[in-house]
Amino acid sequence: MSVEERTFEELFAELEETVRRLEGGELPLGESLALFERSTALAEQCNTLLDRAELRVRQLMQSADGGLADQPFEGWQG
Amino acid sequence: MPQTLTVSQVTAYIKSIFAEDALLPDVWISGEVSNFKQAASGHCYFTIKDGGACLKSVIWRTAAARLTLPRDGDAVVAHGNVSVYERDGIYQFYIDHLQAAGAGRLWQEFERLRGQLAAEGLFDEGRKRPIPERPRRIGVATSANAAALRDILRTLSARYPLAAVALAPCSVQGADAPPAICAAISLLNRWSAERERLDVIILARGGGSIEELWAFNDERVARAIAASAVPVVTGVGHETDFTIADFVADRRAPTPTGAATSCAPDIRDVRPAVNALAEAAAELMAERLAGAREDVTRLAARSRRASPERRIASDRQRLDDLQRRSALAMSHALGDARGLVAGLQLQLAALNPQRVLDRGYAIVLRDNSIVVSTRQVAGGDAITVRVADGTFDATVEG
Repeated sequence: MSVEERTFEELFAELEETVRRLEGGELPLGESLALFERSTALAEQCNTLLDRAELRVRQLMQSADGGLADQPFEGWQG
Repeated sequence: MPQTLTVSQVTAYIKSIFAEDALLPDVWISGEVSNFKQAASGHCYFTIKDGGACLKSVIWRTAAARLTLPRDGDAVVAHGNVSVYERDGIYQFYIDHLQAAGAGRLWQEFERLRGQLAAEGLFDEGRKRPIPERPRRIGVATSANAAALRDILRTLSARYPLAAVALAPCSVQGADAPPAICAAISLLNRWSAERERLDVIILARGGGSIEELWAFNDERVARAIAASAVPVVTGVGHETDFTIADFVADRRAPTPTGAATSCAPDIRDVRPAVNALAEAAAELMAERLAGAREDVTRLAARSRRASPERRIASDRQRLDDLQRRSALAMSHALGDARGLVAGLQLQLAALNPQRVLDRGYAIVLRDNSIVVSTRQVAGGDAITVRVADGTFDATVEG
């Protein structure tokens, strides 16, 4: 899964995990660098999502046969 | 001669019968207020009557201070005990709680249900589940056309627009409201189980009269909240309104806006958390690089001491070049790491040993040690050569 398709919470959790592994200590330099680069990319993506975030509201429905459906719910911003 | 009692004795006896009675010490009585008087002492004396009888009633000063006092003609429901006033030889109704008639009935039901559900353990602290700190999906059960929903959505939008909201509209007032609220909670739970997991459900209604909020004191609603697999946060009415739903919920907020606020972190607090992690990563990397630079310096000193006599020119040049590039890049990277994260990232790319190999350099290993001198190998030695995409074995000739 590419970074762009993931949610903020997933990215943030991976960022925390990546930094935790960096803290873990004696990794080979190349591996430390890879983790550091990853954490930088993750932090950028997190901040991008924070900048772009827009509340998504969907209305749930249950049809007569019991099936589930949803549709965008709009008009509350006005 | 039959036993003879004094008036005091028989009156005390009658009073004890009242006190031990199953009904009279704790009773709700409805009727119409008449002849209401509040004495200078603060105590209130009046009569409650209906078509067929009347009852002398008393509200002591301390109770009177916290109650809304009735006026003549008011239909009321009052709670208290009926007891004997020995001096006058009469029985009276000593009132500790009093409501207008309609509300009184509702409150009796409220107290009954609250007691029952509390006895069942539905309000126990141990049942309350934590609300996730950063919810991804928030279910909302409230009326689709009311201010409460706009308040909730505006609050979430301002505080935590990363969240997605799943709305299950329902009537929140009147006889059809309790089943509608139960259906909305059920729909949100089904959605959570079958489609996308919900982290929390907000059950809300804006302020109103006690009758308008009454759906949230319905036993069916209470049990639907207790049965919800998704934690429920209530925001019903105003700060001062407490409903049965509030007691059963995993968390009670004072208003719909308060419920939204309590479910979502402020995005302004989230950004520093991200940046703190990025800074921690940069600091850890800087420490790691400082260590690596020391290693390189030590290696360079050792190779100078080795002073090779028959070093092949190209090998020497290659090693020097590697060392110079590494040391330079590391010193740059180290400086930048303390500054901007983005700048560091670019500098660091040059440091990765893999990137050096990618440029066409190779590392020669003999017995798992890096070969830095021709003295380390002799004709016929088996060596391993590491290049960008892997390693291969080779043999030294001459």
